[in-house]
Formats: sequence, structure tokens, C-alpha cells
Amino acid sequence: MTTPRLIIRIQPEPFDAAAEIEALSRMGDDVGAVTSFTGYCRSEGGRLAALELEHYPGMAEEEIASVVVEASTRWSLLGATVIHRHGKMVPGDGIVLVATASSHRTASFDAAHFIMDYLKTRAPFWKKEHRADGTSGDWVEAKAVDDALAERWKA
Amino acid sequence: MWSISMREIKLVYFAWVRERVGLSEERVSVPDEVLTVADLAGWLQTRGEEYAYAFENPAIVRAALDRKHVKPDALIAGASEIAFFPPMTGG
Repeated sequence: MTTPRLIIRIQPEPFDAAAEIEALSRMGDDVGAVTSFTGYCRSEGGRLAALELEHYPGMAEEEIASVVVEASTRWSLLGATVIHRHGKMVPGDGIVLVATASSHRTASFDAAHFIMDYLKTRAPFWKKEHRADGTSGDWVEAKAVDDALAERWKA
Repeated sequence: MWSISMREIKLVYFAWVRERVGLSEERVSVPDEVLTVADLAGWLQTRGEEYAYAFENPAIVRAALDRKHVKPDALIAGASEIAFFPPMTGG
């Protein structure tokens, strides 16, 4: 089995999801499937003007890398790209991209789902709300359902 | 004869833990009887009202030793950087 090509980037800049997916699909003749997930900043029905993402530099990269490496041991991946932004984002901006490439669809589907579920509970990022009325908002609270979704993969 | 032995450790804080403590990082001298992450959180609570507020519910504050997630019973000996933060909300 060939070593998958893993790309992990933590950056303040926006990403081009279409270009990243295209690059994954063009990485080799054996790529038969690419699955991608993009998470966006949303307004919560007009309540929020922006989200500010804080992260733990160094640990964020390391945790995401360990999740991606674990995925590549569980599924037969040809490549994976994970980009997570930090800083201030407005509704409609992409926050996170997870894209996986494999020969057959199941590996890319399952690996992308696994990476996203694990990243939610392990990657050190925190979201702070900025309200549309101009007042400073709260820190987003972690959801128990996210822990449950990550636990599911341990079976 | 007795002496109080101390170790210096770098602490880093994130999100509302950082806001409540009022610092993003600091170096502290920790007494030798502080053995675990839970001990450290308990000791920090005694350092002032900002710390008492940040660690008022220590069960929900997470920790990392040298950038690896750990449980409250983890021993801090040998760690050079200890982070405290709320449950993560990325993605």
C-alpha cells in the first residue's frame, strides 16, 4: 500500500474548497472517489455577525495530524486534505475543509466522516460569538452530541 | 531543617479560561506537593479571584501537557508547558 498524501493547514486565510478537491482528484490515476466536507460560519437566524476562532498553535496541527494519520490506518486512503481556519469569520465563510481521496467510495466517505467527528472533539479550537447587535457574545458551548458522535467510531 | 521546593512551569490559557484568568500565558513556581493536573487546578484556584472564577468548575476545564490531551489525574512531573482550556468547539 502506498503512503497517502496528507495535507494539513491551519491558517487565517480563506480556502478554495473547489481547488483543493480538484488537486486531490488529480493526484493519481487510482483516485476513484473524493469526499469533501466544508463547515461554514452561520448567522443563527441573523443573531450573529461573526465568529472568532481561537486555537492552540502547534497542538492544533498535531491533533489534526494524528486524527488524519489514524484515519489513514483504518481506511485505504490515497490522500487527505484538512484545512482549519482561525481568526474572525462572517456568515458564509468556510471554517473547515476535510477532503479525502481513495480508490473506492466507502473509504473516502467513512474517513472524511471520522476525521470531522474526531476533529470536533480533539482539535484545540474555540469559537466566540460576535452578535449582530454589536455586543460581544458568548463562547460557543461544546455539545455532548459531538462527544457521542466521536465515540461511535470506537466500536 | 526544612525547605519549600518549587518548580517553574509555563502555563497557557485559552478561550474563557484565558479571559477569566486575564492572561494568555505565565510562568509559575509550583510547590512540590502539586503532583497532578487536578492538584494544579486546585492550587491555581487559591491564587486569586480571577483564578477562582476560571477554575470554579474544574470538572469542565480541560488540560494538555506539552500539547497532548490529558485527564485530571495525569502527573505533571517533567512537563514544560501545561495548557488549560474549555471543551473544544472547532470544526
